[in-house]
Formats: sequence, C-alpha cells, structure tokens
Amino acid sequence: MANIRTMSFDAVIVGGGGSGMRAALQLAQSGYKTAVITKVFPTRSHTVSAQGGITCAIASDDPNDQWQWHMYDTIKGSDYIGDQEAIEYMCQTGPEAIFELEHMGLPFSRTEEGRIYQRPFGGQSKDFGKGGQAARTCAAADRTGHALLHTLYQGNLKNETTFLNEWFAVDIVKNADNAVVGVVAINIETGETVYVKSKATVFATGGAGRIYASTTNAHICTGDGIGMTLRAGFPVQDIEMWQFHPTGIHGAGTLVTEGCRGEGGYLINKDGERFMERYAPNAKDLAGRDVVARSMVLEILEGRGCGPDGDHVYLKLDHLGEETLNAKLPGILELSRTFAHADPVKEPIPVVPTCHYMMGGIPTNVDGQALTIDGDGNDQVIEGFYACGEAACVSVHGANRLGGNSLLDLVVFGRASGMFIEKQLREGINLKDASEADIEAAMSGLNRLNASSDGEKASDLRVELQTIMQNYFGVFRRGDFMQEGIKKLEELRPRVENVALDDKSNAFNTSRIEALELQNLLEVAEATAITAEARTESRGAHARDDFKERDDENWLCHSVFFPVEKRVGKRGVNFTLKTREAFEPQIRTY
Amino acid sequence: MLNVSIYRYNPEVDAEPYMQDFQFDTQGKDIMVLDVLEKLKTEDPTLVFRRSCREGVCGSDGMNISGKNGLACVTPLSEAVVKNKLVIRPLPGLPVIRDLVIDMGQFYAQYEKIQPYMINNSPAPAIERLQSPEERAKLDGLYECILCACCSTACPSFWWNPDKFIGPSGLLQAYRFLADSRDTATEERLANLDDPFSVFRCHGIMNCVQVCPKGLNPTKAIGHIRNMLINSAT
Repeated sequence: MANIRTMSFDAVIVGGGGSGMRAALQLAQSGYKTAVITKVFPTRSHTVSAQGGITCAIASDDPNDQWQWHMYDTIKGSDYIGDQEAIEYMCQTGPEAIFELEHMGLPFSRTEEGRIYQRPFGGQSKDFGKGGQAARTCAAADRTGHALLHTLYQGNLKNETTFLNEWFAVDIVKNADNAVVGVVAINIETGETVYVKSKATVFATGGAGRIYASTTNAHICTGDGIGMTLRAGFPVQDIEMWQFHPTGIHGAGTLVTEGCRGEGGYLINKDGERFMERYAPNAKDLAGRDVVARSMVLEILEGRGCGPDGDHVYLKLDHLGEETLNAKLPGILELSRTFAHADPVKEPIPVVPTCHYMMGGIPTNVDGQALTIDGDGNDQVIEGFYACGEAACVSVHGANRLGGNSLLDLVVFGRASGMFIEKQLREGINLKDASEADIEAAMSGLNRLNASSDGEKASDLRVELQTIMQNYFGVFRRGDFMQEGIKKLEELRPRVENVALDDKSNAFNTSRIEALELQNLLEVAEATAITAEARTESRGAHARDDFKERDDENWLCHSVFFPVEKRVGKRGVNFTLKTREAFEPQIRTY
Repeated sequence: MLNVSIYRYNPEVDAEPYMQDFQFDTQGKDIMVLDVLEKLKTEDPTLVFRRSCREGVCGSDGMNISGKNGLACVTPLSEAVVKNKLVIRPLPGLPVIRDLVIDMGQFYAQYEKIQPYMINNSPAPAIERLQSPEERAKLDGLYECILCACCSTACPSFWWNPDKFIGPSGLLQAYRFLADSRDTATEERLANLDDPFSVFRCHGIMNCVQVCPKGLNPTKAIGHIRNMLINSAT
C-alpha cells in the first residue's frame, strides 16, 4: 500500500449537508458501517442557509393539492430538459420524505389545523398551470434549511453515524476496472492523509457558487466533488446551467428568500413601478427565477435601476406590516438590517440577481448511481460511485430550478441513494482493491501542491477566476465574449496548477485547503465555460444574446462535458413517466 | 489605519501563543470583522480561522472580539473597535488548536449528552404529527441555536466544569425538546439532568444572553428546566 493509513467502510459519504446526511441516516439505520467525510462540522454546511422552504404536495394549504401538479410545474420550470422520470419520483415520494423529517422533529411552522404551514413560491400552480397560484412550500419560518440540517444531524447522532468532521476529500481512488473505491482525504486538524476505502462512495459535496464573484453561496461552496469527478476523467452534465437568484442583497450577496415575494412582497424599479407586471402578467413576481432575474437585469440596463449607480432594484416588504414580517420572515429582517442597513419594516431592500445554484452536476440515475456515456452514446453506470443533492444532476431541475425544490431534491435523492446502496450491500458488492499505484495516482495533485515552492497566491488567482466567470458567463451570455472568457481560463490553468503553498504546516492548515479548493473551482469554471459556449440556444437560466430562442430541434437534450478531451456531447432527456403520458415541451410563459 | 491585534499560535512553530499586530486600511467603511480577517489572510496565509456562510447562520466563526464573544461575519467594526483598536482572540475556555481555531470537542459532547433528537415511540401517523401554532410557538427562541459556542465559552460555570455542566447552549437544546409537544421523553430527559452539575451549576450570570448572536435566552430556558426538575421532585 501507499505510505498512508487506510480506513475501511461499507459506505462513505463525502459532504455533511442535507443530501449527505440524509443518505448517511438511511445507511446508519440499516447497520452498515457508514462514515461522513465533511470539511466543516455538519451543521455548518450550506444547507443551513436555505430559507424559504421545501416544496412538496402534502395537501396542507390546499387539501386537494396533487403531486402531479408539482410535477408539471417542475418540468415546465426546467424548460423541458429535466428528466421526467426523476421529477415524477421526486414529487410522488416527496410527501413521505417530508413526513419522515417531521417525525424526526423538524420544527415546521403550523396552520391553525396543526398541519405544516405552506407558502406560495415562484412557478407554482394548481391544475397543471390552469388553476392559479399554489402555496406548496413547507416552511419553518424563513429558517427551513437550518431546521432541516440540524434535524438531520440529530437523527444521525441518534443512529451513531461516524463523522469525520473537518476532513477534506482530495481525490477519487479508482481501481483497475475504473470503479471508484474510496477517496484520499486529509484530516484538517492534524494534516494526516488517509485512504478512506469504501464499497460505495457517495458525493454529496454541494454546489460551486464561489466560481462567481457575486454569489449567495457560502465560502465553502467550491465544487469539490465536481472537481474530483472531472480530474478522475468522469463527465458532468448541464454544467452551463447556473441559477441567478433574483434577490441577493446588493453588495453583500447574501440571500433574501423568494418566500418574501410568496408572502406578498414585490420588486420595484427607481420609478417605484412594479415592473414584473410587464414581464410576467400572470405570475408577476412569482414567475420562474430565470425570468425574474433577466427582467431585473433588463430594468437595470435600460436605466431604471435604483441607487446612485442605478445598479440594483428594490424588494418592497413594508406594506406587509411588522407583525407578519416578524412572524413569517424574522431571519430576513435580521439579514437586511445587518447587510443592507435597511429595515424592511420601513424601507425596501436593495437587491440584485446573484449566483445561487448549480443545476448541473454529476449525472446519475434515480438510485443515485453516477453515470458516464460510452462510445455508442449509452448510459454506463460507474461502479462504486454515487451522487446526490446539488452535486448531482439526476436531473430534476433541468435548465432552471424552482424555489423550494432544492431541499426536496436533497432529501428525496439522499434517501433514495441510501436505500439503493443498502440493497446493493445486502446483495454483496465486490470491487477489486486499489493497487498502490491507484492510491498514488489519487495523491499526485496533493503531492505536487505540497512540493510547490514558487507560484502565485491562491487568493489572487481565485479573484481572477471569479471575475472572469462574472464578466463572461453571467445572466446574459454571448458567443464572442464567452470565447474570450474561455481563453482567459486557459491562461489561468497553468498558474492555478502552480499555485504557491507557503504554509507547509500540518496543524489546521487552511491555506492548503484553499489551494485545493481553488483547483476544484477551476475545473467547474472551465466545464461551465466550454459547455455554455457550445449550447447555441437560450433555455432556462442559459440566456444568449446571439441565440435568443430555445432550439428544441438541436438542444432539447442534456449537455455532457467530457474532461479528458474537453468535449461537449449530448444526452437524451427522459420523457418516460410511470403514471401518465409525458409532458411535451410547450412555450414557457408565466 | 486601524490597529488589529490577533492571537496567534501554531503548535508546530510556537512555544507559546502571542498577540500579533497588523495595520489595516478600512477605507472608511464599516465592514465586518470577518472581512478584515479574510483580507489579512490574503497577506498572511498562515492566519487560521473557521468560516463558512458569512451571514450568521452556520456558527463557524465564533470568536472573542474586543473582549466579547460573537460571530465575526455579523459583527461590524463600528461595534467592535475601541480607540481605533480591534482585538481578536479565540473563544475562551476551550483548548486552542491553532490561532483562532478552538477544539470544540467538549462543547459538542455536552450537546450530545442531552439527547438532542426527538423521542416519541408511539407509531408515527401517515402524515405529520399535528401541533398547534401555540405549541409550535414554544419552540421559538430555542430551535434557532447555531451551535457557535459563543454562549458556553462566555460562561464561568462552563469554564470551571466543561465536563460536568451542560452549559447554556446544551441546556437551551435540552429545553427545546422538553418544550416540544411531540416529544414524549420528558421524564427520561429530566432524570438525565437531575444531578448537582448538569443544570444547577448555572448561577444566572447571564453572559450567555449578552453574547448570543441570535438573540436567544439560554438563562430563561435553564429557569424552565429548573422549575420542571423541582416540580417533578415533589
């Protein structure tokens, strides 16, 4: 064996956020030796920042609500490249997954009947778009992510999951058959490098919003799972699809939940006009996030932005009254007062579209098995490798995620992955052991970093990367701009690979972690850039000035980025529903 | 220029901790303490601290800021600078791993001790367990805890007995489950707390209330637990 210690588990989950802890819970309950590797203590994961809620047809607000309506909304929201089989599974299984969380103690807000409180969110409808606005997002005030994450951590404590807290996974270990047999990871506190061997390796590593300069995402959202996957030579899917949340606080980037608009808040321009009435006459401020974000940018570009530089718009809440705001949106009051110096009870919040969510990720099937595409264009399961949550692309969000669907995605598919792995473990998993050379291969990047003697600072290179992504791959995109951006990323690569690591100590060395995170950011940025340039149409969150229309003839499909050749391929969208006929693509209006 | 004084200790290099002084140009802006640390780290990459959400909900960056425990990401300089000086130390009372990073093992162990999860062994219904808005309101001010440890590491009773006194954070969570209409383990929970140390080492100093970045009130929760313990004994 390579010169490092080996730890062995039945299942290893990389990432201690919502999907990782839901998968871990399932496996720990079944008695399999399960470990969660997480670079921060689990309740510090980014799920904690989710605010408005978790969308699911539990028929509380409307006793006649149907999961099929939620399915329709999600497919429409995805601009028709969400996999319908996966969306059907999520919407149908959702209520069961929500009730489980409630039984575990999640402190949902309540209705007078004692049921879970549901609020309206964007893109929600009754009766397949014909019955008006629905209220389908289950909420714990505006701290739903916090409540959910803590409940899942508590459930894992109860079931005695092993946590490798403040450990950082560096790279995937593959065996001779190209199957995944664990990861190399660093114990951040001691600096020890360990081969964590596993029969099933689940990536629940979250998103990578930190590729952009302005993001609602936590510092830790650096796409580590995507970086490792690409370095291992496996593909990612729909990675050009980045959601810009309409309401990030101007300047700070912190999120202001869509639930504000769900509760009756609305956006205004410098003239005080409720401009969404012009862009989405029916749904207005509760249109899809891509639609609202673009409308805001157009208002700003056409000179109707607010503030001295006219570079943002306002979110108005004061008309809802102090009592409602205190009861329904207490966290937002706190955030706005702290970061915008604006008290929403009296004045509007300055907001601007801000990078929020990665719709793309590691392609998987409904069981969480990671996929690659063979030479004939067929899906091929990667043995030993699974993904769920934001890191995965199963794909339930397609080109645009609906608000409240990310929390549902992570509990439903974290659970599904756990259940499937449990079944596989019961049936027996036999993967070849990694050779010494296989483990060495997974350590090569780390070894190179540890040996670095010159090179530039990680912090400088990170700013450069984020600026390129912000300027060339933002809300509106154009071919010639993107080609320029790709060139700049190409120039950045050797500099990032040669990044300096001045601090070589082993004790809680966050410089080393940040340098590794930077390398992951670069992988995600490059995959995003090349794929965005290749998709010559506008769909969902991907809006091109030079290809303004959706092109179903050529692009009603997933993009697949193959890292070895840096090639963009296509993969069919699933249009097979178990319970009814598929939803055919329609023109998407709100 | 702002004078910033930061506690430094790298066990591999330093025989003992020391305070390092930095000069920082705020450009006249009232930025957050975390912004200062992030900027200083670009100049001195060996400076170590925890951070994640940068919006006061993950609880990573609890530290002692000019003498008061708080979260660096939501503490503006205007609240932290005294006579043009900002002093940043790790949270007090727990072992330091490096610089501003403490070993939170004892803090987490106390949290785990109170069985921080719902206990209800009756068969679960097919939908959610019903709970009235009034019952649910009893959890407000309790469930919002972010486990940042600002309160427990500000508590002299916790400094003295970190192994035996649950501390304000753990007790706030203990009461969160005692107060939940869906939890049925009240007796068991109270029995686990019924000793001279777990709860009764709280002397009502209320440092916890003063420092909680989420505006929560552990002392009040501890008062409720005391009453429950006293009532259950009679």
